Amino acid sequence: MWSQCRPAVVVFVVLSAITGLAYPLLVTGIAAVAFPWQANGSIIKNSAGQAIGSRLIGQYFSEPGYFWPRPSATAPVPYCSYNGPLADCATASNSGPSNPALFAHVKRRVELLRAADPAEKGPVPVDLVTSSASGLDPDISPAAAFYQVNRVAKARGLPVAEVKNLVKQYCQGRDLGILGAPRVNVLSLNLALDRLSSAQAATGSKPR
Amino acid sequence: MTPNAWIQILAFLVVLVALVKPLGAFMARVYEGQPCGLDKPLGFLERLTYRVAGIQPDQPMNWKTYAIAVLMFNLLGGLVVYALQRLQGFLPLNPEHLGAVSPDLAWNTAISFISNTNWQSYSGETTLSYLTQMLGLTVQNFVSAATGMAVLVALIRGIRGRQTDHIGNFWVDLVRSTLYILLPLSFVLALILVSQGVVQTLSPYKQVSLIQPVSYVQSTTNAAGKTMHQTVWVKHQVLPLGPAASQIAIKQLGTNGGGFFGVNSAHPFENPNPLSNFLEVLAILLIPAALCYTFGRMVGDTRQGWAILAAMLIIFVPLMIGCVWAEHSGNPKIAALGVNQQSSALMSGGNMEGKETRFGVTDSAIWAAVTTAASNGSVNSMHDSFTPLGGLVPMWLMELGEVIFGGVGSGLYGMLMFVIVAVFIAGLMVGRTPEYLGKKIEAFEMKMATICVLVPPALVLVTTAIACVTVMGTSAIANPGAHGFSEILYWASSTGNNNGSAFAGLSTNTPFYNIAGGILMWVSRYFLIVPTLALAGAFARKKQVPVSSGTLPTHDALFTGWLVATVVLIGALTFLPALALGPVVEYLHLWH
Repeated sequence: MWSQCRPAVVVFVVLSAITGLAYPLLVTGIAAVAFPWQANGSIIKNSAGQAIGSRLIGQYFSEPGYFWPRPSATAPVPYCSYNGPLADCATASNSGPSNPALFAHVKRRVELLRAADPAEKGPVPVDLVTSSASGLDPDISPAAAFYQVNRVAKARGLPVAEVKNLVKQYCQGRDLGILGAPRVNVLSLNLALDRLSSAQAATGSKPR
Repeated sequence: MTPNAWIQILAFLVVLVALVKPLGAFMARVYEGQPCGLDKPLGFLERLTYRVAGIQPDQPMNWKTYAIAVLMFNLLGGLVVYALQRLQGFLPLNPEHLGAVSPDLAWNTAISFISNTNWQSYSGETTLSYLTQMLGLTVQNFVSAATGMAVLVALIRGIRGRQTDHIGNFWVDLVRSTLYILLPLSFVLALILVSQGVVQTLSPYKQVSLIQPVSYVQSTTNAAGKTMHQTVWVKHQVLPLGPAASQIAIKQLGTNGGGFFGVNSAHPFENPNPLSNFLEVLAILLIPAALCYTFGRMVGDTRQGWAILAAMLIIFVPLMIGCVWAEHSGNPKIAALGVNQQSSALMSGGNMEGKETRFGVTDSAIWAAVTTAASNGSVNSMHDSFTPLGGLVPMWLMELGEVIFGGVGSGLYGMLMFVIVAVFIAGLMVGRTPEYLGKKIEAFEMKMATICVLVPPALVLVTTAIACVTVMGTSAIANPGAHGFSEILYWASSTGNNNGSAFAGLSTNTPFYNIAGGILMWVSRYFLIVPTLALAGAFARKKQVPVSSGTLPTHDALFTGWLVATVVLIGALTFLPALALGPVVEYLHLWH
């Protein structure tokens, strides 16, 4: 039995060095050269060079002039991706399908959306009232974006058709035509919306 | 279900089955010690390891030595993972200055990763340093997978051995599995994942300014016992980073499943888009499926491997379709609140609670079935929020014993135990001595196979019962009613079959769940590995019986059907009562 001690220790040390140090460091090195933007979090910067978000991580919006993302169960605020050691942050509601708390949450959310845009009478797209798995979902469905167009256009004083066109530009189809689900990146859409508003303000064609 | 859902299911299955033969044949060459192409660039590492370790690669072991080597190597790994977690505060590569992990959590995590379960009672980004993730967990992601593959290969050698004591050399099987199979596949997958947006860096977490600051009310109690309310404004978002892609690649390929981040492959930095999702979900079943072909090749009759793969697919495909269908059906009580759950060209629809927009219900349900059929346990959606029947599918797939694909290596050696039971029952029916691939199945073999088939269900049911009748068990429940019972049953099924996925509402970072879960994972891994190796030793010593007219063919449709019936019957008889109390009651409650 003791004859297996030396091989056990040596094989463990060698495989640890290969798979736990050489391999991740090699991948890190190649990534830093070939895909530096992706490897470091797909960070979006504004014109002043300040980091204002990640292309992949959602942010919370609640003002009527922005498109709203999906509900997020993170604490202490929605879309909190890290809040210090041992604080559970990125998380889901984990509500079971028959939990009364889930129904109450959906009901409140439906009422909130209806109150923000009383003219919109249709049923609410499901992704706009249910919490995502990560709490950081960057996307909403195109249906959920179109649902909000009237509210956003009214709050910004922009023509509805123009906002609708913007949403259409930012709709992403399924990958390779079949994979995943259609979606709109909320942060990108809202940044484009801000650019559209400031362009309108600059030409003075429409007051904000 | 939409046409797109059918197309996605079909695309996944076609790509998977197309890769079985090339990869399976390659792995057979690796284990037979034949040139495989990669031994040219990487062979020096293999030879160097043997030289320093004093290993004679051509000297085979008997089953007891093989088992001792397995256990010793895994014990050492567990100690190192435990020590790294406890000492990480003093070690480098810890940019967020994370402190020591608590003893019960560190024990749970150590057992979890050496046993290829990867149950996680913690969130990686708030608990573990980059060093612990790399040198502790990434290493175990590789070697726990390689251990499972080595034990399978030992069993195959036992089956085809002729009156010998030898079943191969564990160190050679371990090193070759890691260097020639797991490492190259992981390397390629990791780089593709980075290109899609999975993070891979040693830099500290990145802080960004929010477009719209958010406020919340913080309540604190002052010294006089008065509650104070204070509005706090949050103007920044901190994005956790780390060497994630290199770990995620092997986490998928080695059926490990332990996420770099707490929400696993639902986190956009771990699984950024549908394409990365397709590759990650394919990686889960790739090696377990291909090993069926490797098995056939190594026993000299590839039809034997195809028959087992067919049996796995016959059980798996209907369950996967059922899960996708259940999630597309949505939740009737949510529809009643004025919500549109209808799938269309503009949205996924269905039961979207706990799912990501980019995956929709189809990719989420496919992943749930795949990750629990294999003993992977990574998630891209939250199983706790699945519809009752959608959640029943992953639970039952685990309870079948992780033999429908199962873990790399461990799934197939588990399935071979069911094959032995099936052959035995068939033999009893026709009154002949049962035999499999020329080896007689006698009392000792049946004892070992029965242990492997019955230990996990017994563990799962007894532990579920204990947790259900004690406060330390029930106080962790998040959802009321039948669903609370499902959470506990899912936890026991997952840890008791080395899966690692969760109904994550259950708060398991408590001493009771950490310690009990550790015991479940430990027993269900090593109390199956040792009987499997004993069986390999017993087979190896036996004479080869020539095929006669009385031999039951084990490669045809009849036997495949018989194997399916055996697995399903045992799984159904054992778990239907428990499932009736959980998901079935909840389904009736919700829909009627």
